[in-house]
Amino acid sequence: MKKLLTTATAFALLAGAAQAEGKLSVYHWFEYIPQELVDKFAAETGIEVTIDTYDSNESMLAALKAGKMGQYDVAVPGDYMVAIMAGEGLLDSFTPEELPNFGNIAPQWVDVPFDPGRKSSIPYQWGSTAFSVNRDVYTGDIDTLAMIFDPPAELQGKINVLDSQGEVLALGSIYLGIPQCSTDREQLKALNDMLINAKQYWASFGSDTAKDVLVSGDAAAGMIYNGFSAKARAEGANVEYAYPKEGFVVWMDNVVLLKDAPNRDNALKFMNFLLQPENAAAVTNYAAYTSGVTGVEPFLDEAIKSSPENNPPADAPAGSFIQVCDQETQQFYDAIWTNLKK
Amino acid sequence: MASRAEERMQRQSARNGWLLSLPALGLLLIAALGPLLIIFVYSVLTPGQYGNVVWEFSWDGWVSILFTRDIFDGTLGLADAHLTIFWRSVSLSLMTTLATFALGFPTAWFIATRPPRQRGLWLFLITIPFWTNLLIRTFAINEVIRQEGVLNTFLLWTGVIERPLSIIYTDTAVLIGMAYVYLPLMVLPLFAAIDRFDMRLLEAGYDLYASRWQVLRRVILPIVKPGIVAGSILVFVPSLGAYVTPRVLGGGKNMMIGNFIELQFLAGRNWPLGAALSVTLLLIVTAALLIYVRAANRGSNPHG
Repeated sequence: MKKLLTTATAFALLAGAAQAEGKLSVYHWFEYIPQELVDKFAAETGIEVTIDTYDSNESMLAALKAGKMGQYDVAVPGDYMVAIMAGEGLLDSFTPEELPNFGNIAPQWVDVPFDPGRKSSIPYQWGSTAFSVNRDVYTGDIDTLAMIFDPPAELQGKINVLDSQGEVLALGSIYLGIPQCSTDREQLKALNDMLINAKQYWASFGSDTAKDVLVSGDAAAGMIYNGFSAKARAEGANVEYAYPKEGFVVWMDNVVLLKDAPNRDNALKFMNFLLQPENAAAVTNYAAYTSGVTGVEPFLDEAIKSSPENNPPADAPAGSFIQVCDQETQQFYDAIWTNLKK
Repeated sequence: MASRAEERMQRQSARNGWLLSLPALGLLLIAALGPLLIIFVYSVLTPGQYGNVVWEFSWDGWVSILFTRDIFDGTLGLADAHLTIFWRSVSLSLMTTLATFALGFPTAWFIATRPPRQRGLWLFLITIPFWTNLLIRTFAINEVIRQEGVLNTFLLWTGVIERPLSIIYTDTAVLIGMAYVYLPLMVLPLFAAIDRFDMRLLEAGYDLYASRWQVLRRVILPIVKPGIVAGSILVFVPSLGAYVTPRVLGGGKNMMIGNFIELQFLAGRNWPLGAALSVTLLLIVTAALLIYVRAANRGSNPHG
């Protein structure tokens, strides 16, 4: 009985300590961090973590611009969005000394074009965006983006497309072989017309549902991130992720320190925590992408390391990052997207 | 003498009443008109590059409701895509209203003609869906009508169909979802109207050699008309602004005005257009309510 009381008191004290350590507000993608890892961070630091989710880089930016700045400490934008957010003055910076684990960042991911020298961001996961096809429905070759933009009869009307402007327009441009930030009216018009024509074959736009519709069979093909497709396969869908010959999108998601973060110190603790190889590996094992941290290999599940989604065939082309266009050019792409969505 | 004192007291209490309700009125004014004013102001500004607005006056938000500048050659043309969305919203809302009426009228009649002690139970059953969150009910419908959902599985099993019906992610799916969600809002006012209906009028009608159809058309419908109008407005107005149902059941492809407004504030990064659309939606709803008020007034006149 006495022991029980002591334990209870200890817990109470611990809870008190946890309270005193404060809070952390994370703005994150859906299904992108295992709850166990959040719990582990909370247990180690006593910080209470709340997570809100978003389903595209654009909607995250819009929500932050619409008055959510000052509410969150960290967010997890993709590469091109880090550059946009920095340009919009939404990011705070830190020094490498503030993150004891800064040296764990894989060398090729330190001096990245979207955040040279990693002043406001750390790598989270990287992967690719292409599409997956249900092999029960379609058995032919799938190594072309035509599966999405000019699909065979078996797939028509059964395609889900990511509800994400950056990825859809980039993949469309790659399919047509035109630059991502084209200013050539003819090329833009071709992109617009191709997408409008392709829309008739699409059943739905959805990012957070991209995996579920493949698993449930509501979609026979779908634009999807490689790790998300691996999860669909793990959940029993007979889907194959394609590395199309025209090319595909490569991305890196990054944890950024937001300006006016209410808990800046806790945010840095969280970022440092995520740079521990063991923790970075936990994210990879959950989300099935690739980490940007060195030393994760011993902690990775065998299935993740050898998954076809993470190991492109030898003849696959190189992927392209999404580019940030200047304001005038961006207007055309915004218009094409709105035009497509309505 | 006494009456004058009484008068003064009455005036006094009336004044006190106004004074006492001032805070509430003020709050109402600020909370109802304030946001509206903000929305209106935003609708005449210029969109910023990544959302928000630039404080420069512009009618573009309003112009682009009906007209669109061609993204390639800059000429102004009719925004047929916007009109499609408006038309889809209005027609789906009207169809929802009709569908809920077709289902709701027999239901309300059935309930109103039960013995008084049973009516409570039936009404209770009608309100049960309100206990569940709208989003969950919408996903439940999704589960029923999906490609491999309950409905298709059952129909395939019975052999009625050979290939699954493709309902999900179409306008039909949105219609089914909205009719389901808003049905109680039609049944309840209809019940209230039918409940007051004097059943002896039916006998009187038949005694005067009216056919069943004539009784329905010339006796029942005119008397329960206020209930019909109230139910229709209660269904039509929220249908017009529906957001969750088209999003979940329409697959983000068959947008209604609500989704279109959201798109402008998020990925579309055109807040002025979104604000102008919000005001437009409000005007349509107001028009619907005005029609209701006129119809209700006419309904209250027995010889109208």
